[in-house]
Amino acid sequence: MNPSESSVVYNTPNYLNAESGVRSWLLTRDHKRIGVMYLVLTSAAFALGGLFAMLIRIELLTPGPTIMSALTYNRMFTLHGVVMIFLFMVPAIPGIFGNFFLPLMLGAQDVAFPKLNLLSVYLYLVGAVIAVWGMIHGGADTGWTFYAPYSTTTPTKVVPILLGAFVIGFSSIVTGINFIVTTHTMRGPGLTWDRMPLFVWSIYATSVIQVLATPVLGMVLLLVAIEHAFGFGIFDPARGGDPVLFQHLFWFYSHPAVYIMVLPAMAVISEVVCAYARKNMFGYKAVAYSSLGIAFVGFFTWGHHLFTSGQSTFDAGIFGVLSMFVGIFTAIKVFNWTATLYQGAIKFTAPFAYVCGFLFFLVFGGMTGVALATVSLDVHWQDTYFVVAHFHFIMVGGTIMAFLAAIHYWWPKMFGRMYPEGWALVAACLIILGFNATFIPQFLLGNMGMPRRYYSYPAQFWPLNVASTAGATLLGFGFLLILVYLLISLRHGKVAGPNPWGSRGFEWNTPSPPSALNFPVPPVFTHGPHDYTTGAESPPSAPGEPEHA
Amino acid sequence: MNELMRRMLFLPEQASQYARDVDHLHYFVITTTMLAAAGVALTVLFFFVKFRRRSESQTTPVVNPKPIHEVLFIGVPLGFFLLWFAIGFPQYVRLQTPPRDAMDVYVQAKKWMWKFSYAGGPNGIDVLHVPAGRPVRLLMTSRDVIHSFFVPALRLKQDVLPGRYTQTWFNADRPGRYELFCAEYCGMGHSAMLGEIVVMKPADFDAWLADARRSGSPAVDAAMSEEERVDPRQSLPEQGRRLAAEYGCFKCHTVDGTRHIGPTWLDLYKKTERLDGGKTVVADEGYLTESMMDPRAKIVAGYQAVMPTYQGKIPAPEIAAIVEFIKSLRTDAVKVEPSKGPVYEPIRK
Amino acid sequence: MPELTARAAPPLAHHFVTMRQQTEAARLGMWLFLVSEVLLFTGLFTAYSVYRFLYAGVFEEASRHGVELWAGTTNTFVLITSSLTVALAFHFARLGRGRLAAALLVVSLLLGFVFLGIKAVEYTNHFHEGQLPGKYYTFAEVQGPGASMFFTLYFIMTGLHGAHVVVGMTVLAVMAVRAWREEFGPEHYAPIEIAGLYWHLVDLIWIFLYPLLYLI
Repeated sequence: MNPSESSVVYNTPNYLNAESGVRSWLLTRDHKRIGVMYLVLTSAAFALGGLFAMLIRIELLTPGPTIMSALTYNRMFTLHGVVMIFLFMVPAIPGIFGNFFLPLMLGAQDVAFPKLNLLSVYLYLVGAVIAVWGMIHGGADTGWTFYAPYSTTTPTKVVPILLGAFVIGFSSIVTGINFIVTTHTMRGPGLTWDRMPLFVWSIYATSVIQVLATPVLGMVLLLVAIEHAFGFGIFDPARGGDPVLFQHLFWFYSHPAVYIMVLPAMAVISEVVCAYARKNMFGYKAVAYSSLGIAFVGFFTWGHHLFTSGQSTFDAGIFGVLSMFVGIFTAIKVFNWTATLYQGAIKFTAPFAYVCGFLFFLVFGGMTGVALATVSLDVHWQDTYFVVAHFHFIMVGGTIMAFLAAIHYWWPKMFGRMYPEGWALVAACLIILGFNATFIPQFLLGNMGMPRRYYSYPAQFWPLNVASTAGATLLGFGFLLILVYLLISLRHGKVAGPNPWGSRGFEWNTPSPPSALNFPVPPVFTHGPHDYTTGAESPPSAPGEPEHA
Repeated sequence: MNELMRRMLFLPEQASQYARDVDHLHYFVITTTMLAAAGVALTVLFFFVKFRRRSESQTTPVVNPKPIHEVLFIGVPLGFFLLWFAIGFPQYVRLQTPPRDAMDVYVQAKKWMWKFSYAGGPNGIDVLHVPAGRPVRLLMTSRDVIHSFFVPALRLKQDVLPGRYTQTWFNADRPGRYELFCAEYCGMGHSAMLGEIVVMKPADFDAWLADARRSGSPAVDAAMSEEERVDPRQSLPEQGRRLAAEYGCFKCHTVDGTRHIGPTWLDLYKKTERLDGGKTVVADEGYLTESMMDPRAKIVAGYQAVMPTYQGKIPAPEIAAIVEFIKSLRTDAVKVEPSKGPVYEPIRK
Repeated sequence: MPELTARAAPPLAHHFVTMRQQTEAARLGMWLFLVSEVLLFTGLFTAYSVYRFLYAGVFEEASRHGVELWAGTTNTFVLITSSLTVALAFHFARLGRGRLAAALLVVSLLLGFVFLGIKAVEYTNHFHEGQLPGKYYTFAEVQGPGASMFFTLYFIMTGLHGAHVVVGMTVLAVMAVRAWREEFGPEHYAPIEIAGLYWHLVDLIWIFLYPLLYLI
């Protein structure tokens, strides 16, 4: 299951060496081990989705056919979207870091429902297996949006992909319920809501969306699957169905789903910024409540995906205005993160490099998002590469940057070893450069009017597509480099010690790696996280001892 | 300035006033976005240089925002966003309300081609000829899945749905040839579903139209599928008259103003009808189409709900022909010799 | 289901500090699960509303001539009664009268079977009359666009609800066995409480389905 288990020798007993054998991993109820299982599974999914992405970029290297047929290409972008969204973006940060750190930050011994937590891993796995089975047997060619009536009439294997996403949806709901209940009922003594780490606030908001929105997606995917299998005509106009109804139901989930993907990223950034700036969060309350604000307002903006679909002008106006407000919450966060650096003591490390990338990309990606909701501009940009570039700025520039920041920041805590800082900075440069080179040309392609999901394209789009593919290659090498040095560091990395960053997030008050039972003595909380007003580091942990207790 | 910005942002040429107006908003929005992103990046850089870590266990003071900070953090971006919206939304409304004197062209999309039908003929495949400086309204429907009509040079896009009509309009003011893309993914041939908008000087267009009507272009129309029963050499209203007879419409509807089982079609188009429930409806293309698909939805006062539905029984192009036939039935128009077909008003205006 | 986590022989799981905390967690978890269940059906209710609006007349006729009012009404009474017996079972389980609680749960189970039986009779009738979804629709009495859509939604909504009834009955059966073994008492009653919550939800969803499909 996990390469570190057999290869790393630690002096202290911890969650990795507490039990051994494959069974102890497969049947574990330890939230930390479940986090590690999610790390392995979602990383595999990311590699698969990345492979599809590279194949897409290679195909687009020339205007005509390059390495595959139109049908194969259509399957590739569908599978890229499905894998990246349902198998990586939605479960990754909550599944890995949420599971691992949420109980540690709350001073709890585990999440509220450990068995359900394990169930969520297996639901994810079952969903992934169904989806991958569908991919091997043909794969869907509908785009990840599954727009009816194309999706209900295409002869490709849509049903297993839909069912896979449906099952993964349940995994997501179970995780969400678990986090909400854990946050409500398992906080340690003294940990009031306004002392909770901002990571928890954001994960909490994410979970609310997961619980509320995912069932609607599950239902609509199920309806499409039923219609595709039996021809019931729920969304097919030939049988009296309404294809626009599908779009409404789909985006009712899928717009909030954007926040399911980006809120955990914001959760990570709130921790990492404070840790490397040695600084309390500027505007703690604003950042905390804006997470809830995003979760709430995010439910009322889905119509901005339908400006050109034939919804009424009135609806377009309403959804347009509401979309302006959802951008505000992100703006609040960005300004507060930036202001947190003021009078800090900043140390430049690989995770901090990703934070800088994140801030820039999120501002640009977020504001182009608001620009897209500016109704008349959307008419030109809708379904072009501008949209593609915009959401990749949020998803890759936002979520993946945060994911990388998180994995570097918490790697020593999770596995007790340091990653090589020099190589990590090289990889960060590769990724930030590669990212810009991939997606800035796509903004321009969108402006030129190149529609998305095009297998071939007129010659005027050629140069920018070449630039984009070149950037994607850099990006790919960056990810490979990270994979290699992280795996090597598991065995050869410097032993980290409990708190190599001098961070005063609550999760660092444990040994690295943490012991199987999180806290022999339940910690008592007397102040909020990231309090750097006093000089002495928290004592090199008597395990579980609360900060300044 | 316009030209410089347009080139810097790789935008295509602007073939209408609407395109130019949208582009100005685009410049404003993108400039704000870039300034904001650069501003945040520079601030981070500045803080980073100024507040570097000096010692590993350095302490920092607690800094909390004053209310004014958060008000600024919220107010400034919200002000900009709402300003964008305040400019953008009226432009969208303009795009959604075609002028009354617009020339109508029917657009039918199918995998993977575009068909354009002028009210008085002819039909064209993948090439739409329009006059410069005259508004053109497109009434669009699809035969299979969702497509999207996208002309970058006009900054115009509208999804084309099966089973219903959507509309959009434009007023191209620069003669030239502009690309047409399908922007909604529709299968294997999606990226090959290309077309062209040919904007002609008004005089050239009139000549072209007259010529095309005389000669017809059967070769082009053979490209549409065999299920097509619409004879390309006939004008749309003529086809509509033949189809209406075939479908038995005249059993209940007259074309001479007499009341029968159903309302007469004479002067029906654009007439304000009083409905059963007391509401009124203007008999436009949308209402006429709906009445064929779902006759019981809106019954004109004084008539029985006896009409069967034609949902799924009449293909989209034939509906277009029948609607066009109904539109041609004007008190002043039916006096024209039947063999030449009714006059299509908006074009001659 | 969260109740399964709470079953462990020493009722307090290792990661909770107090029994009260554990009960609260189970209860909150169940409520959240119910919320997500409601939203699962909300998708269908939305679809129903849209098509009802589009095809108002046909839906009305289909509901008048296509479904049996007596069956729906009887089923409503059956389900509400079963909710009552579940509530009583919870009451007695908390008082430590496990045998009585188990008996009441068995009554609820039987009522569940009656519900499914009536539903099966209805389904059989629909099949004979050709009141089927989509292209299989052959019912002559109600024609027009949207007629088959009514039955598409009817089958999906009642089918999904039926699946929930079956799951709920399974949960009740487990609870009946555990109540018979006198596992519950004044301190330990969370499992039967949240099982009851689930059954009430199943009931509640039917209370929405009944007017939509049978009455209006």
